Amino acid sequence: MASDVTRFNIQTIDGITIAKFIDNRILDEATIQVIGEQMYRLVDDHGLRKVILDFESVEHLSSAALGKLINMKKKMDAAGGQLAMCSLRKDLKKIFDVTKLTKVFDIKDTVEKALKGF
Amino acid sequence: MSESMIYNQTFSSDLHISADVQKEIQQLWQDRGMSDMDLPDMQLALEEGLANAIKHGNKLDDSKKVTVECYLDGDIVRVVIQDEGEGFDLTDVPDPTLPENLDKPSGRGVMLMKAFMDDVLYNECGNQLTFIKRCTFNS
Repeated sequence: MASDVTRFNIQTIDGITIAKFIDNRILDEATIQVIGEQMYRLVDDHGLRKVILDFESVEHLSSAALGKLINMKKKMDAAGGQLAMCSLRKDLKKIFDVTKLTKVFDIKDTVEKALKGF
Repeated sequence: MSESMIYNQTFSSDLHISADVQKEIQQLWQDRGMSDMDLPDMQLALEEGLANAIKHGNKLDDSKKVTVECYLDGDIVRVVIQDEGEGFDLTDVPDPTLPENLDKPSGRGVMLMKAFMDDVLYNECGNQLTFIKRCTFNS
Protein backbone atom coordinates (compact mmCIF):
# COMPACT_ATOMS: atom_id res chain seq x y z
CA MET A 1 0.00 0.00 0.00
CA ALA A 2 2.85 2.36 0.83
CA SER A 3 3.79 2.84 -2.81
CA ASP A 4 0.47 4.34 -3.89
CA VAL A 5 -0.65 6.07 -0.70
CA THR A 6 2.28 8.42 -0.18
CA ARG A 7 0.44 11.35 1.41
CA PHE A 8 -0.46 9.32 4.48
CA ASN A 9 1.41 7.41 7.14
CA ILE A 10 -0.45 4.12 7.37
CA GLN A 11 -0.63 2.02 10.50
CA THR A 12 -2.91 -0.92 11.30
CA ILE A 13 -4.05 -1.79 14.83
CA ASP A 14 -6.43 -4.71 15.43
CA GLY A 15 -7.65 -4.59 11.82
CA ILE A 16 -8.32 -0.86 11.96
CA THR A 17 -6.32 1.32 9.58
CA ILE A 18 -5.03 4.64 10.86
CA ALA A 19 -4.24 6.94 7.96
CA LYS A 20 -2.32 9.95 9.20
CA PHE A 21 -2.11 12.97 6.91
CA ILE A 22 1.45 14.05 6.14
CA ASP A 23 0.58 17.50 4.75
CA ASN A 24 0.00 20.27 7.26
CA ARG A 25 -1.92 22.55 4.94
CA ILE A 26 -4.42 20.95 2.58
CA LEU A 27 -5.36 24.07 0.69
CA ASP A 28 -4.25 24.08 -2.92
CA GLU A 29 -6.12 22.26 -5.63
CA ALA A 30 -3.25 20.00 -6.74
CA THR A 31 -2.57 18.73 -3.20
CA ILE A 32 -6.28 18.16 -2.58
CA GLN A 33 -6.64 16.20 -5.80
CA VAL A 34 -3.79 13.84 -4.94
CA ILE A 35 -4.88 13.37 -1.34
CA GLY A 36 -8.46 12.71 -2.45
CA GLU A 37 -7.39 10.04 -4.93
CA GLN A 38 -5.13 8.33 -2.40
CA MET A 39 -7.83 8.44 0.27
CA TYR A 40 -10.43 6.88 -2.06
CA ARG A 41 -7.88 4.19 -2.96
CA LEU A 42 -7.93 2.99 0.64
CA VAL A 43 -11.55 1.95 0.16
CA ASP A 44 -11.73 1.20 -3.57
CA ASP A 45 -8.42 -0.55 -4.23
CA HIS A 46 -7.29 -1.78 -0.83
CA GLY A 47 -10.72 -2.77 0.36
CA LEU A 48 -10.32 -1.21 3.80
CA ARG A 49 -13.55 -0.96 5.79
CA LYS A 50 -12.37 0.39 9.13
CA VAL A 51 -10.43 3.61 8.75
CA ILE A 52 -9.41 6.41 11.08
CA LEU A 53 -8.19 9.62 9.46
CA ASP A 54 -5.64 11.20 11.79
CA PHE A 55 -5.41 14.99 11.41
CA GLU A 56 -2.71 15.61 14.02
CA SER A 57 -0.36 17.22 11.48
CA VAL A 58 -3.01 19.23 9.66
CA GLU A 59 -3.23 22.95 10.41
CA HIS A 60 -5.77 23.97 7.82
CA LEU A 61 -7.87 22.62 4.98
CA SER A 62 -10.09 24.28 2.41
CA SER A 63 -13.69 23.73 1.41
CA ALA A 64 -12.50 21.66 -1.57
CA ALA A 65 -10.74 19.31 0.87
CA LEU A 66 -13.97 19.05 2.89
CA GLY A 67 -15.63 17.92 -0.33
CA LYS A 68 -13.13 15.07 -0.68
CA LEU A 69 -13.74 14.02 2.92
CA ILE A 70 -17.50 13.98 2.35
CA ASN A 71 -17.03 11.82 -0.75
CA MET A 72 -14.75 9.50 1.25
CA LYS A 73 -17.45 9.15 3.90
CA LYS A 74 -20.03 8.35 1.21
CA LYS A 75 -17.75 5.71 -0.29
CA MET A 76 -17.18 4.11 3.09
CA ASP A 77 -20.89 4.14 3.92
CA ALA A 78 -21.73 2.59 0.54
CA ALA A 79 -19.14 -0.13 1.16
CA GLY A 80 -20.63 -0.86 4.57
CA GLY A 81 -17.51 0.33 6.35
CA GLN A 82 -16.79 2.74 9.16
CA LEU A 83 -14.85 5.98 9.01
CA ALA A 84 -13.70 8.06 11.96
CA MET A 85 -11.52 11.13 12.37
CA CYS A 86 -9.28 12.16 15.21
CA SER A 87 -6.75 14.64 16.57
CA LEU A 88 -8.18 17.80 15.02
CA ARG A 89 -6.42 21.00 16.07
CA LYS A 90 -8.45 23.96 17.32
CA ASP A 91 -8.63 25.78 13.97
CA LEU A 92 -9.50 22.58 12.14
CA LYS A 93 -12.23 21.76 14.63
CA LYS A 94 -13.62 25.24 14.02
CA ILE A 95 -13.94 24.43 10.29
CA PHE A 96 -16.03 21.34 11.09
CA ASP A 97 -18.03 23.22 13.73
CA VAL A 98 -19.01 26.19 11.54
CA THR A 99 -19.93 23.97 8.61
CA LYS A 100 -21.79 21.61 11.00
CA LEU A 101 -19.89 18.70 9.50
CA THR A 102 -19.49 17.47 13.06
CA LYS A 103 -22.95 16.00 12.41
CA VAL A 104 -21.69 14.07 9.39
CA PHE A 105 -18.38 12.75 10.68
CA ASP A 106 -17.48 10.67 13.71
CA ILE A 107 -14.83 12.91 15.28
CA LYS A 108 -12.84 11.86 18.32
CA ASP A 109 -10.21 13.75 20.31
CA THR A 110 -7.50 11.09 20.09
CA VAL A 111 -6.53 7.98 18.12
CA GLU A 112 -7.16 5.89 21.23
CA LYS A 113 -10.72 7.17 21.56
CA ALA A 114 -11.32 6.64 17.84
CA LEU A 115 -10.07 3.04 18.09
CA LYS A 116 -12.51 2.36 20.93
CA GLY A 117 -15.38 3.47 18.66
CA PHE A 118 -14.94 0.45 16.37
CA MET B 1 -1.60 55.01 9.46
CA SER B 2 -2.64 55.02 5.80
CA GLU B 3 -3.38 52.04 3.66
CA SER B 4 -0.80 50.95 1.12
CA MET B 5 -1.03 48.42 -1.69
CA ILE B 6 1.56 45.69 -1.23
CA TYR B 7 0.53 43.40 -4.09
CA ASN B 8 -1.34 43.69 -7.37
CA GLN B 9 -1.53 40.95 -9.98
CA THR B 10 -3.78 40.09 -12.89
CA PHE B 11 -3.60 36.54 -14.23
CA SER B 12 -5.43 33.99 -16.38
CA SER B 13 -8.01 31.74 -14.74
CA ASP B 14 -5.67 28.85 -14.09
CA LEU B 15 -5.45 27.11 -10.73
CA HIS B 16 -1.72 26.45 -11.13
CA ILE B 17 -1.01 30.14 -11.70
CA SER B 18 -3.26 30.88 -8.76
CA ALA B 19 -1.10 28.62 -6.58
CA ASP B 20 2.00 30.60 -7.59
CA VAL B 21 0.25 33.90 -6.89
CA GLN B 22 -0.78 32.64 -3.46
CA LYS B 23 2.83 31.71 -2.68
CA GLU B 24 3.99 35.21 -3.63
CA ILE B 25 1.38 36.85 -1.41
CA GLN B 26 2.09 34.45 1.45
CA GLN B 27 5.79 35.32 1.19
CA LEU B 28 4.99 39.04 1.38
CA TRP B 29 2.89 38.48 4.51
CA GLN B 30 5.65 36.38 6.07
CA ASP B 31 8.28 38.98 5.19
CA ARG B 32 6.21 41.55 7.04
CA GLY B 33 6.08 39.31 10.10
CA MET B 34 2.49 38.08 9.99
CA SER B 35 2.00 35.76 12.97
CA ASP B 36 1.77 32.00 12.61
CA MET B 37 -1.70 32.31 14.12
CA ASP B 38 -3.03 34.58 11.36
CA LEU B 39 -1.11 33.29 8.35
CA PRO B 40 -3.06 30.01 7.90
CA ASP B 41 -6.38 31.87 8.20
CA MET B 42 -5.31 34.37 5.55
CA GLN B 43 -4.07 31.56 3.30
CA LEU B 44 -7.40 29.78 3.65
CA ALA B 45 -9.39 32.89 2.71
CA LEU B 46 -7.08 33.62 -0.22
CA GLU B 47 -7.39 30.05 -1.52
CA GLU B 48 -11.19 30.06 -1.17
CA GLY B 49 -11.54 33.51 -2.76
CA LEU B 50 -9.30 32.75 -5.73
CA ALA B 51 -10.80 29.28 -6.26
CA ASN B 52 -14.29 30.78 -6.33
CA ALA B 53 -13.21 33.51 -8.77
CA ILE B 54 -11.59 31.00 -11.14
CA LYS B 55 -14.05 28.11 -10.89
CA HIS B 56 -17.39 29.79 -10.27
CA GLY B 57 -16.74 33.35 -11.48
CA ASN B 58 -14.73 32.79 -14.65
CA LYS B 59 -15.84 29.16 -14.99
CA LEU B 60 -12.25 28.00 -15.62
CA ASP B 61 -12.15 30.02 -18.86
CA ASP B 62 -8.46 30.91 -19.13
CA SER B 63 -9.21 33.78 -21.51
CA LYS B 64 -10.80 35.52 -18.52
CA LYS B 65 -8.64 37.22 -15.93
CA VAL B 66 -8.57 37.40 -12.17
CA THR B 67 -7.14 40.42 -10.40
CA VAL B 68 -5.96 40.23 -6.82
CA GLU B 69 -4.88 43.23 -4.78
CA CYS B 70 -3.55 43.17 -1.26
CA TYR B 71 -3.46 46.20 1.02
CA LEU B 72 -1.96 46.82 4.43
CA ASP B 73 -3.03 49.52 6.87
CA GLY B 74 -1.11 49.06 10.10
CA ASP B 75 -2.19 45.61 11.22
CA ILE B 76 -5.27 45.48 9.00
CA VAL B 77 -4.96 43.31 5.89
CA ARG B 78 -7.43 43.82 3.05
CA VAL B 79 -7.58 41.61 -0.04
CA VAL B 80 -9.68 42.37 -3.12
CA ILE B 81 -10.32 39.68 -5.73
CA GLN B 82 -12.05 40.58 -8.98
CA ASP B 83 -13.15 38.14 -11.68
CA GLU B 84 -14.71 38.67 -15.11
CA GLY B 85 -17.76 36.52 -14.51
CA GLU B 86 -21.38 37.60 -14.32
CA GLY B 87 -21.31 37.61 -10.56
CA PHE B 88 -23.82 36.07 -8.21
CA ASP B 89 -26.26 36.92 -5.49
CA LEU B 90 -24.97 35.77 -2.14
CA THR B 91 -28.52 35.11 -0.99
CA ASP B 92 -28.85 32.49 -3.77
CA VAL B 93 -26.06 30.37 -2.29
CA PRO B 94 -27.68 27.43 -0.47
CA ASP B 95 -26.98 27.22 3.24
CA PRO B 96 -24.51 24.30 3.46
CA THR B 97 -25.44 23.67 7.08
CA LEU B 98 -29.05 22.76 6.30
CA PRO B 99 -29.66 19.03 6.77
CA GLU B 100 -30.40 18.53 3.05
CA ASN B 101 -27.08 20.14 2.09
CA LEU B 102 -24.80 18.67 4.74
CA ASP B 103 -23.52 15.83 2.58
CA LYS B 104 -22.99 17.94 -0.54
CA PRO B 105 -19.29 18.10 -1.38
CA SER B 106 -19.19 21.81 -2.30
CA GLY B 107 -20.60 25.20 -1.33
CA ARG B 108 -18.71 25.98 1.90
CA GLY B 109 -16.06 28.45 0.66
CA VAL B 110 -17.83 31.68 1.58
CA MET B 111 -18.83 30.26 4.95
CA LEU B 112 -15.21 29.40 5.77
CA MET B 113 -14.01 32.85 4.73
CA LYS B 114 -16.63 34.44 6.98
CA ALA B 115 -15.58 32.18 9.87
CA PHE B 116 -11.92 33.19 9.73
CA MET B 117 -12.02 36.80 8.48
CA ASP B 118 -13.29 39.90 10.30
CA ASP B 119 -15.25 40.99 7.26
CA VAL B 120 -16.21 39.45 3.90
CA LEU B 121 -17.94 41.66 1.33
CA TYR B 122 -19.07 41.35 -2.28
CA ASN B 123 -19.80 44.18 -4.68
CA GLU B 124 -23.35 44.58 -5.95
CA CYS B 125 -23.05 42.23 -8.92
CA GLY B 126 -20.98 39.69 -6.99
CA ASN B 127 -17.81 39.50 -9.08
CA GLN B 128 -15.60 41.36 -6.64
CA LEU B 129 -14.77 39.96 -3.23
CA THR B 130 -13.13 41.86 -0.40
CA PHE B 131 -11.98 40.24 2.82
CA ILE B 132 -10.44 41.99 5.78
CA LYS B 133 -8.67 40.82 8.90
CA ARG B 134 -6.78 42.52 11.69
CA CYS B 135 -3.62 40.46 12.07
CA THR B 136 -0.74 40.34 14.48
CA PHE B 137 2.65 41.19 13.02
CA ASN B 138 5.88 40.34 14.78
CA SER B 139 8.31 43.21 14.41
